[in-house]
Amino acid sequence: MALLSKKDTNLITDPLADNNPITIQVLGICSALAITAELKASLVMAISVMFVLGAGNVVISLMRNIIPSKIRIIVQLIVVATLVIIVDQVLKAFAYELSKTLAVFVGLIITNCIIMGRFEAFALANGPWRSFLDGIGNSLGYGVILIIVGFFRELLGSGTLFGIPVLGDPIMKTGLYATGYENNGFMIIPPAALIVVGIIIWVQRSRNPALVEEN
Amino acid sequence: MTQKTDSNVYTVVFAVVMVVVVGSILAFLASALRPNIKENERFEKQQNILYAMGVNENGDDAGSVNFIPTDVVEDEFSSYIKEQLVIQGDKITEDNEAYLIDLKKQLANIKKGEPYKLPVFIGEKDGKKFYIIPMYGKGLWDAIWGFIALDDTMTVQGVYFDHKGETPGLGANIKMRYFMDDFKGETILDGTQYAGIAVAKGNNDPLNNTKDDNEVDALAGATITGNGVSAMIKETVKLYKPYLETIRAK
Repeated sequence: MALLSKKDTNLITDPLADNNPITIQVLGICSALAITAELKASLVMAISVMFVLGAGNVVISLMRNIIPSKIRIIVQLIVVATLVIIVDQVLKAFAYELSKTLAVFVGLIITNCIIMGRFEAFALANGPWRSFLDGIGNSLGYGVILIIVGFFRELLGSGTLFGIPVLGDPIMKTGLYATGYENNGFMIIPPAALIVVGIIIWVQRSRNPALVEEN
Repeated sequence: MTQKTDSNVYTVVFAVVMVVVVGSILAFLASALRPNIKENERFEKQQNILYAMGVNENGDDAGSVNFIPTDVVEDEFSSYIKEQLVIQGDKITEDNEAYLIDLKKQLANIKKGEPYKLPVFIGEKDGKKFYIIPMYGKGLWDAIWGFIALDDTMTVQGVYFDHKGETPGLGANIKMRYFMDDFKGETILDGTQYAGIAVAKGNNDPLNNTKDDNEVDALAGATITGNGVSAMIKETVKLYKPYLETIRAK
């Protein structure tokens, strides 16, 4: 017997392609613009969101029958904020170095619209296991885009990947820089991320015309 | 279909219970973890101060910032830091817990016109004396802070910067080694004026060869954080000027 039924597998694979949270649902754009100037930050953010969304979806799903519909958004917000604060405090006490690295992401995670979006659209109506898979799937879809954008922005903007120079030294003019190549300073500012995301959306829609809305 | 969860009474009760439950979980967690967190913060301060005076485990690769490990930092701190002073107006006293003084509070006191304390740490390494001064300022999103180690000619021997929430990949790079290393050898004096060190765009010196221009090369895409660092150094130097005058080799 397969570990996951076909329907469950789709929960993971759909957000990676045809139902991607960033390029199709256009959620989580703010953090995709803010932190993709380097690949490492993209990766850290992707992992953090995966944890919070996976756990948050399960909690919301377990509470779905007792949450009053009038205040459900506030309840969702409290769940996210509580989860993030708990993780932050535990890391501060037991893995201080790691918590320093993650500190700047805490605010960005709480305000990530993908998290509230999945709580609202999925976890409130589905069981915990399916909600968990949905959370993992969507954060993977989010992470993939983050990493693609981070890859191009760091490579073209700073000439490095994960902080390691791959194109030579821009100041000493070695490697590619010896031929007159220059880093594109535009790539490290947030608008460049919008353009890269736009190109991804373009590529994705021209490969799959079914995604193009009719006017 | 009306559900019991739609009634006003249920909604209010749910909200109250939720707030109490979440509040007590967080309160319990915060107080249970407090000693651990406090200790980590204490170690971090010691590591930062030692880092500024060049006591760290940085390798030859220019990339990473490596502190003295936390399990030995306390011993190292007491062996390298010979004196911890507290400046209160004209009075200078010794205080072994001066490094725990919260500079943010002291700066707030200055604003309110209340009495304040300024800590200075005097370190000694290989027969050389370092005067390490804490700094506190603001970046683009939130607080930035750090330490600057000077010798008696007012030449920077090392710095350490940190931040609460600058943008990763841009402003957050103030705590990268390549940025902090640029400050080494710079002077905070311009003639006899205490000018500080500016993080300058377009100073046309990316390798930072000119050490007497009171400028280091800025970080691309982090103008406001860089300006924050400049302002923080300037303010700190201004604040400590009377003390620095007393130690400056004439």
